[in-house]
Amino acid sequence: MVNNSDSYLEVGSAGVVEKQFFTYAEPPDQMILESGASLGPITIAYETWGKLSAKRDNAVLVAHAFSGDSHAAGFYPDDPEDAKPGWWDSMIGPGKGFDTDKYFVICANILGGCMGTTGPSSINPETGAPFGLDFPMMTVGDIIESQKALLDHLGISSLHTVVGGSVGGMQVLEWCVRYPDLVRSAIPIATTMRHSALAIAFNEVARQAIMVDPKWNRGNYYDSEKPDLGLSVARMIGHVTYLSDEAMRRKFGRKLQNKANFSYGFDVDFMVESYLRYQGSKFVKRFDANSVLYITKAADYFDLVNREPPAKSIQDIRGMKIKFLVISYTSDWLYPTYQAKELIQALKRADLDVSFCEIEADCGHDAFLIPDKRLGTLIGGFLDGVPRN
Amino acid sequence: MVFPETEQMRFDLQVIASWIDPGSRVLDLGCGHGELLAWLHVHKQVSGVGIEQDEEKAAYCIANGLSVLQGDFNDEVDDYPDKRFDYVILSQTLQQVYEPARLLYSLSRIGRRFIVSFPNFSHYSIRFQLLLKGMAPKSEELPYNWYDTPNIRVITLKDFKNFARDVGYRIVEETAIKTDHHANYGSVVKSLSNLRATYGIFMIEKEA
Repeated sequence: MVNNSDSYLEVGSAGVVEKQFFTYAEPPDQMILESGASLGPITIAYETWGKLSAKRDNAVLVAHAFSGDSHAAGFYPDDPEDAKPGWWDSMIGPGKGFDTDKYFVICANILGGCMGTTGPSSINPETGAPFGLDFPMMTVGDIIESQKALLDHLGISSLHTVVGGSVGGMQVLEWCVRYPDLVRSAIPIATTMRHSALAIAFNEVARQAIMVDPKWNRGNYYDSEKPDLGLSVARMIGHVTYLSDEAMRRKFGRKLQNKANFSYGFDVDFMVESYLRYQGSKFVKRFDANSVLYITKAADYFDLVNREPPAKSIQDIRGMKIKFLVISYTSDWLYPTYQAKELIQALKRADLDVSFCEIEADCGHDAFLIPDKRLGTLIGGFLDGVPRN
Repeated sequence: MVFPETEQMRFDLQVIASWIDPGSRVLDLGCGHGELLAWLHVHKQVSGVGIEQDEEKAAYCIANGLSVLQGDFNDEVDDYPDKRFDYVILSQTLQQVYEPARLLYSLSRIGRRFIVSFPNFSHYSIRFQLLLKGMAPKSEELPYNWYDTPNIRVITLKDFKNFARDVGYRIVEETAIKTDHHANYGSVVKSLSNLRATYGIFMIEKEA
């Protein structure tokens, strides 16, 4: 039944979780990427919550967004006192949207990332040094194939649902077209079938910010100083796209940071400047600049509308038994509701079972990450209505 | 899943539900909290889809296992392939539609049959108000003033029948009912319906 409790507020209720690793595609059985390049061995970092049922029919795959990681809920055993829980802690745990008393929830760091899964900062076995730009260009499709390998390893041959926001939503859609028989339901959130020129433009500005930093050194910086300045500017522009005009007006307006008057210079005057610089400096501590380049490019290449066969598009899964729940947010200007509507139109034309909810929220694209009772209630109830077999 | 009992459902919806064949594919425009769809799912194994503009209502339906799209049905109906549904239902909303002829044409395209119900503007109480008071009528069914009413279309049972005849819609079922606004009880009006019925319900098939 619909969960009306305030369980979404119970921080860390998913419990203590450990990051696990799975390695496959050992040479000579390397993975052939969409680009034709081969890669291997590949290590996938992942975390799980809840228990896999005896029938193995209760698995939920959570696909993280561009800068996310496998740590979707709970705490690590060695977390300090003031540590924050996983990035979707309000959604994963007992009685939450993804109820860990019912579902076995899996989240894996994406291929090309830098949080434990093989990416440009990993060691290239051929040289013994980090890949840098020798890492082959990977696609959203390659990310899905790596997740499929992980599910095979875990003995999971069907998913109760696959869910994700933003770039995670693209992975959801890619799962549906690649493995329509494996997916019983799909929840793409705040996402798109393909980037608009606006989204590509912001990504390109972010990439340029990194690549013009002399310390980037054509991606070869792992044994020297890192391109922190470029990466933090990239994060600043990214962060603006995740917010909204309304949210920024409400949060910052034209307020000044710790001062009563302008400095008439280029130090921080406005609160919003201070906030963005803080977000930028926080990001460089945990993220790899080359991973930003690879992942943003993979997101820009993603296009579910125009595909050269044999690559599958939505029309190819016509009439499949997948139940879709598409969710958008009113103030998302990175993937506005009209893009969710284009997706819904395509799903309707392909005779697929689709529900849609546009959640009213002023916090922009990142709204799906902000604890909100509505999202958990909506998704929890939707999942109850998805047949298990 | 919600399990509404027949007698809890609005009376016009009870009539509509009785017309639906088991196992059919149904689209409910302006489905509200999904009472009709849930009833049809449970009692007639109908595979239903709803369209609802209100976020809270759409989310309620989805969280109860119904397939519902939040949106404006005037736009949403255009995306479906021809004859995608066995029945398309538009209950108590036709009087609020800006382009009824265009909408009904879309319904006849995407559905094998469509069903409409609407408040009858020629009910005797409405006629009397206009005749005796000389003012735009108000009623339980149509409680608004001329300047704030969402009910922009004045429809009578007779008007609708004339319209159906003129555009080539065959009326396969019709029932005139007397029921209070949003009530779950009522009665079927057999004689002088254009004068005595508060609502009309019609099932239409497009003539080939």
